Amino acid sequence: MDGIWVPLALSLKVAGWATAIDLVLGVTVAWWLSRWRSPARELVDSVLTLPLVLPPTVLGYYLLVLFGRRGALGAWLDRIGIDLVFTWQGAVIASALVAFPLVLKAARTAFEAVNPQMENAARVLGMDELAIFFRVSLPLAARGIVAGALLAFARAMGEFGATLMIAGNLPGRTQTLSVAIYAAVQAGDDGGAAIMVGVTSVTCVVALLLAGWLAPKHPPRAAA
Amino acid sequence: MSVDIAIRMTLGGSDRRFELDVAFASSHRRVVLYGPSGAGKSLTLRAIAGLVTPAAGHVRIDGRTLFDARINVAARDRGVGYVFQDYALFPHLTVAQNIGFGLTRGWSNPRRRQPDPRVRRWLDLFELGAVADHHPAQLSGGQRQRTALARALAPGPRIVLLDEPFSALDPALRGRMRDELRDLQARLDLQLLMITHDPADVAALDGHTIEIRDGRAAP
Repeated sequence: MDGIWVPLALSLKVAGWATAIDLVLGVTVAWWLSRWRSPARELVDSVLTLPLVLPPTVLGYYLLVLFGRRGALGAWLDRIGIDLVFTWQGAVIASALVAFPLVLKAARTAFEAVNPQMENAARVLGMDELAIFFRVSLPLAARGIVAGALLAFARAMGEFGATLMIAGNLPGRTQTLSVAIYAAVQAGDDGGAAIMVGVTSVTCVVALLLAGWLAPKHPPRAAA
Repeated sequence: MSVDIAIRMTLGGSDRRFELDVAFASSHRRVVLYGPSGAGKSLTLRAIAGLVTPAAGHVRIDGRTLFDARINVAARDRGVGYVFQDYALFPHLTVAQNIGFGLTRGWSNPRRRQPDPRVRRWLDLFELGAVADHHPAQLSGGQRQRTALARALAPGPRIVLLDEPFSALDPALRGRMRDELRDLQARLDLQLLMITHDPADVAALDGHTIEIRDGRAAP
């Protein structure tokens, strides 16, 4: 039982950071996509949704190619003394990548459900586009965005494949719950695995329940 | 001429085209654009507010050019009040916050408590004091319309554009709200530009009426 707290704390830390990164990036990109009038819009959306359908091992491979010492970004990071491979920060990047489409989709749907007349009303009242975002669009889309973030958190909690590839399986450093479960089963520790499976399942069910409760039952435009 | 408008633009693709070519001028304080739905009235209003950009023409209010071949003032800088057909009240803000919206700059909305004294004044004028902390969903039709009007008037626009302001109200209320608007216009000497398809609105506002049909102002 003692062995569970370290991986649980690490999983929560990794999933928390990944969700925070996804919130900032996902909301920004979703807002931009929801107003960008171009035929390329759906193509960009599709590419950004890829992490949802690609095998996590493929994503892990991409990350290694990108962030490895000889990778395009990795070589540059190495020069300023940052190495993401086999670190918990690497696990954050893996989880953020895998969960990103969940925030993006939810945020885009939420922004597109905002009645454009609301934004026009703010515009004629003298607001610039950023003020409209913070004072009208974001508050009206907030529920949908938070619901998406909770889904992303649950997904990040369960991240295994990409995490294993870039962060490895270092107990106490990069061994998150889902990785620890695999290690426990491999080592024949069925009891330990069962407890961790239970904890992971309960955490994810709570996140999904919250997401379902927050998800808008009817689009905001239904209100006058 | 306090209102001098000429708007030319084409909407839609090759299969369904709509051509708007509206020109009118008036020095009356109450101008009414009257015509059937689909005649281009709403589009004209949106172009005056700067929410759509015409292909050609001009928009001049009180001698100030908001749009012509060289000038295109952004919607937020036009100083135009707009009462939308469905009122477009902000559902996440209270009545007081809605009214104070245009009075507060920056990235955050007006505070919920202790509204601006200017907001108080509008709440009193429109008898909305009792519902100042209510959200739009909790209001009656008449209260919603008053809130929308107060929100549009609060920043002190040089003209107020009204898009079918009575169509969302039930018939019993319509007559009363028409009288209220007429009374308010006289009291504050507002420059109004209203669009409507209802002859009763035209009669009640008793201003300079311009008929719009198939995207053109009738001579």
